[in-house]
Amino acid sequence: MSKHVIVIGGGVAGLEAAGQLSKAGIEVSLIEKDSLTGGHLNNWYKLFPDRRHSSEVKAYLDGISLNDRIRLLTGTTVEKFHRNKSHFSIITDKGKELSADAVVVATGFDLFKSEKKEEYGYGIYDNVISSSDLEVMFRSGKIVLQNGTVPKTIGIVHCVGSRDEKAGNLYCSKLCCVTAVKQAIELREHLPASKVFCFYMDMRMGGAFYEELYREAQEEWAVNFIRGKVSEASETIDNKLVIKVEDTLAGRPLKMELDLLVLMAGMEMSEGGKKIATLSGLTTGQNRFFSAADPHYGSNRSNINGVFYAGTCTAPMNITETISHARAAVSDVMDYLKESN
Amino acid sequence: MEKFGFSISKGRQIDYEANDRRVADFIYEREPSFRLCIECGGCSATCTTGNLTKFSLREIHILIKRGENDKVREDIKKCMLCGKCTLVCPRGVNTRNIVMLAKQAFIKSDEYAV
Repeated sequence: MSKHVIVIGGGVAGLEAAGQLSKAGIEVSLIEKDSLTGGHLNNWYKLFPDRRHSSEVKAYLDGISLNDRIRLLTGTTVEKFHRNKSHFSIITDKGKELSADAVVVATGFDLFKSEKKEEYGYGIYDNVISSSDLEVMFRSGKIVLQNGTVPKTIGIVHCVGSRDEKAGNLYCSKLCCVTAVKQAIELREHLPASKVFCFYMDMRMGGAFYEELYREAQEEWAVNFIRGKVSEASETIDNKLVIKVEDTLAGRPLKMELDLLVLMAGMEMSEGGKKIATLSGLTTGQNRFFSAADPHYGSNRSNINGVFYAGTCTAPMNITETISHARAAVSDVMDYLKESN
Repeated sequence: MEKFGFSISKGRQIDYEANDRRVADFIYEREPSFRLCIECGGCSATCTTGNLTKFSLREIHILIKRGENDKVREDIKKCMLCGKCTLVCPRGVNTRNIVMLAKQAFIKSDEYAV
């Protein structure tokens, strides 16, 4: 009899895990809360560092996950989670009971809610937007201010909700820096007459070809980088934004007028993930993400035998890492199913 | 009028809009590697002038970029143009040429400088 695995979450990690499981002959039920699979990928424009369109990755994921072995349950959430020895049963919000030999949790991340950093004025001032709002603008091809005019001076604030005790997040989301560089380039590409300023604490370009992209932003796109954490933004009577920052390399406070301010929202444990943690007894860490059984060689295993993690429900990851992590989860699932036979 | 020795202190804040960045633009145009500086301070660390007097090429770079020209105008004369800064720069910035260009820009002060 073939084995059955439930995958919770239909984003990048969930689709990859489901696809690889189905290739290995496993029957999969894939639960996704939204009406569409793909997760955050559906909102992104182009991906760093090579700036290919996100729809290409979505097409790949659809290719491996649309098959007879995967039962797709979209618009569905998990309401109950039971374990009886090596058998799992999940009851959905629609009252459906699913049973399985193993579970892969791929509940992903939520973006930090920028309005929590009230000093930047997200949701208060007209032209303060988040990095994900900007992705949507790029997708629509229209980058305009609230009054319909084109921004000339644009500021990008790094570390919004990351490395910030006041936001409750001590960790680095590690991908916002490269996202800022990518978006700065894209802003200059869409609006060649604009000036773009990135305000950073450190430039954390720790991925393949990230540093090269940073260099390209300086060399070919004349993006300006100013080291310092923006302390606050305010609005002038003529609808411009004024920011205050210390130019820490000049050792002097600096004020600047901007038309548009973009906040690089960090990554947090998703609300969906928190709910699964409560329902199942899966443990979470100080950073609120799921905690792995072993940080070095067991990042896909959990505190419950038979429940595995894939992707950003354990830590911030880029798409490459997420896909690798999901494949590794499938490898652990296959070992587990063989052993529990 | 009686003088009590009080004065109004000049603000330390860099007012980006109020500053004149024509010296920076003059350099950007002629030496595009000026954009590549990541402010690591390698140039200042190796600099003989900087080790013997108060002079930091890294700081000079950033002040020019912000349009804080007053301090730079005099300071830059201290450079002996030995070029060690260019040898150590990890980003391939032609630092020596930037000093040369900044000097030129200040000499042509009617046209370019504040």
